[in-house]
Amino acid sequence: MKHLLAVLVEDKPGVLTRVAGLFSRRGFNIENITVGETVLPGVSRMTITVEGDETVLEQVMKQLNKLINVIKISNLSHEPVVMRELMLIKVRAESQTRNEIQQIVETFRGKVVDVSLDSMIIEVTGNDEKLEAIKQLLHHFGIREIVRTGKIALLRGSKISRDQ
Amino acid sequence: MKMKGAAMVIAALQQEQVDLVFGFPGGTVLPLYDQLYHSGLKHILVRHEQGAVHAADGFARVTGKPGVVFATSGPGATNLVTGIATAYMDSVPLVLITGQVATRFIGTDAFQEADITGITLPVTKHNYLVKDVIDLPDILAEAFYIASTGRNGPVLVDIPKDIFDLEGPFNYDRQREIPGYKPTYEGHAGQVARAVKAIKAARRPLIFAGGGAVRSGAAGELRLLAERGRIPVSLSLMGLGAFPGDSPLFLGMPGMHGTVTANYALTEADLIIAVCVRFDDRVTGRLENFAERAEIIHIDIDPAEIGKNVTIQIPIVGDVRLVLEALLKRLEPGDTAAWLRQIEEWQVKYPLPAGNGGDGGRLKPQFVIREINRLTRGEAVIATDVGQHQMWTAQHYCFREPRTFISSGGLGTMGYGFPAALGVKLALPQRTVFCVTGDGSFQMNIQELATAVGNKIDVKVAIINNGYLGMVRQWQELFYAGRYSHTALTGNPDFARVAEAYGAKGLRASTPAEAAAALEEAMAVAGPVVIDFMVDPEENVFPMVAPNRPINEIITGGNNG
Ligand SMILES: Cc1ncc(C[n+]2csc(CCOP(=O)(O)OP(=O)(O)O)c2C)c(N)n1
Ligand SMILES: [Mg+2]
Repeated sequence: MKHLLAVLVEDKPGVLTRVAGLFSRRGFNIENITVGETVLPGVSRMTITVEGDETVLEQVMKQLNKLINVIKISNLSHEPVVMRELMLIKVRAESQTRNEIQQIVETFRGKVVDVSLDSMIIEVTGNDEKLEAIKQLLHHFGIREIVRTGKIALLRGSKISRDQ
Repeated sequence: MKMKGAAMVIAALQQEQVDLVFGFPGGTVLPLYDQLYHSGLKHILVRHEQGAVHAADGFARVTGKPGVVFATSGPGATNLVTGIATAYMDSVPLVLITGQVATRFIGTDAFQEADITGITLPVTKHNYLVKDVIDLPDILAEAFYIASTGRNGPVLVDIPKDIFDLEGPFNYDRQREIPGYKPTYEGHAGQVARAVKAIKAARRPLIFAGGGAVRSGAAGELRLLAERGRIPVSLSLMGLGAFPGDSPLFLGMPGMHGTVTANYALTEADLIIAVCVRFDDRVTGRLENFAERAEIIHIDIDPAEIGKNVTIQIPIVGDVRLVLEALLKRLEPGDTAAWLRQIEEWQVKYPLPAGNGGDGGRLKPQFVIREINRLTRGEAVIATDVGQHQMWTAQHYCFREPRTFISSGGLGTMGYGFPAALGVKLALPQRTVFCVTGDGSFQMNIQELATAVGNKIDVKVAIINNGYLGMVRQWQELFYAGRYSHTALTGNPDFARVAEAYGAKGLRASTPAEAAAALEEAMAVAGPVVIDFMVDPEENVFPMVAPNRPINEIITGGNNG
C-alpha cells in the first residue's frame, strides 16, 4: 500500500539527510520525496510517498516525529488532494513523426518546449496515471531521456495540512 | 555579553551546572582546552576517547544529569562513536563537544577532518555542526535541553576550530522552544482509566519494567503499584534496581538468561503492565509466542516504542512516574491470590543455579558475585561489562535501589564497564563502586587504569577470569558442537601485576576462601584495586532460552553445582 505524507520541516542543513537516512536505516521503502519552501519562513515541506502496511506507516510517522527538525506530519492518503508531478521527456522526432507526437502532447495538455532536427522535449504535468499513459504512447517513437520532479500535493478546499 | 566561542562553551557548562567533564585534547580543541585551563571546571583526562564517553555515561546514569565529553576532530571524534551508540541505545543523556577543522577547510579532506555529524547521525538523538559563532549559545542550550528531556539521549555539537576563537554575544536561555520537539509527559486520562479497569479485571497480572522506570524516578510508584495491586514484578536488564530484588513479589529478569519464574509468568499472564520496555528480542524470544494470553498496557515516553515489536492493547504515552501516579490514584486491585500462589510454587521449584563451588573447591563465578553482594550488603553500585559475568551479576547480585546496576544493555558494549564505573565513582564519591568485568572485556579499556590511579578513583575491579570470551564460547558449546573458534584468550596477562604496574593494587583469588579474603582486603584499601578471580573456565550461564525460541522453553543446565 502507498501512503502520501506531507512533512513540514525546519529548513536547517542536513534535514534531507536525516529524513532519508531514517528511511534507509529502518528499512522503510521511500518511493518519492520532494522538498520545497512554504509560506512560513524557515519551514520547508517534504512530500513523501512510502510503501508499506499500516504498521509500517505508523512506525514511519512516529520515527519521523522523533527527528528534532520535523515539525508536523500529515497523512494525506485518505484526503481529497490535488497531486501533481512534472515530467520532461526527450523523444526522437523526425519530420514524419512530429505531427503525430504533437497531437499526443495536445491530448495530454502537455507542451513542446524544445525542438531539434531529430528530437523534441515535451513537458507534461499530472498524476501518476497520466504521466504513465503518455510515456507509453511516446514509447514507440523512441524515448531518449526522461526526468521527473517527484510528486507534490495540496489538500483541496480551504483546509491546509497544518490544521490536520 | 561578548565572548569567544571557547568561552561560550565553558559559560554554557556553568549555566547548566556541569562541574565535571571527561575528555582528551588535540589540535582543533586547543582553544577550548586553553579556556578550560583557568576555568575551575574539573576535567578528567582519560587515555582513550571511548573511555571518556563511557565514563560520562556512567556519571549520567547515576545522576540523571547529562554527562559531558570533549574530544578533538578526526580520530578523537571517531573514537567516541562506540560510546555514543552505547548511550543512544540505552537512552542516556550526554552532550559531546567535538572540535572540527576550521570552517574554510571543511569538505577538503583536511588533516584530521572527519564528518562526525554525518557519522553519528544514526546514533545521536540530535547533532549540530556549528557554522556561525552567533548560533553557538542557542545550540549549546538546545543540546542540553534535548539530551535531558523526553526520551534522553546523546547530542553532539561539532565546533570548527575558528569558531572557538571568534567572538559573539552570549545570552544563555535554558528554556528552549523547539518547534518540532514537544515531549508528552502527562498520560491520557482515558487511557489511564482503561488501564485501571484492566488491572481490576486481571487475575494473572504482571508488571514488566525497564530502564525508563529507573530513569524517570518511578521506583516508588512502581513499588506502590505492585504492593497495593498484589502484582508480581519482573525487570528487564536495564530495569534492575527499579524494584527491590529481595521483595517476594520480585521474579527476576525475563528472557534469554531470565529466571524460569519470570518467563513462565510472562507466558501465562493475562495482563502485562509494561513500563518503559522495548520488547527487545533478548526478552521476547520468538515473537509469535510471546505473551500470547495477555493484554498489554504499555507506558512509554517515546510513542515510537509503542507497537514497534509487539501489538499493544492499551498504549499510554507519557512520563512513567506521572502516569503511574495517575494510575495509583484510581487503582482497584483485582484478585491475584491464586496467581501469587502459582508464582511462589515456580519460585520454589526453579531457583537460580547457585554455583556454590561444590566440585573440588573450584571457584564459581556465581559465588564471587554473591560474595560481593554479601560484603557490600547489596549497597554498592555495580557497573558491568558484557558477557557471562554481566548475566551472573544481573542474576546473583541483589539490586534494591534504582541506579545501582550500570550496564550496556542495548548495544552490549564490551569495554563499557570499567570507564563507566569511574564515572559512577566520581559522581558518588561516598558509595562503594564495583566493576564486574571479564578477562576479555577488561582489556578493551584497561588503559583507563591510568585514569583511575592518576585521579585516585576508588573503584574495585572484579575480573571474572575464565580465560575465554565466555559468552561466545558458551554459544559455541551449545550451538556449534563445541568448536571453540577463537574464543580462548591465550596470552592474557597477569592482571594483578598489570594493576600493580599502573600503581593500583592487584590481587588474585583461585578458591572460594581466597575470593572472600581478597574481597575483604580490596574493600579495606582506599583507591583502585583489581582482583583477578580465576573461575571455573567452562561454567555456563543458566537458565537459558535458545535464540528465537519461545521463552517458556528453558534450558536450566546441569553443570552448575
Ligand atoms: C565490543 C564487542 N565486541 C564483541 C562482542 C561480542 N561478545 C559478547 S560477550 C563476549 C565475550 C566477553 O568475554 P569476557 O569479557 O571475558 O566475558 P565472559 O563472557 O567471559 O564473562 C563477546 C566477544 C561484544 N559484545 N562487544
Ligand atoms: Mg572471559
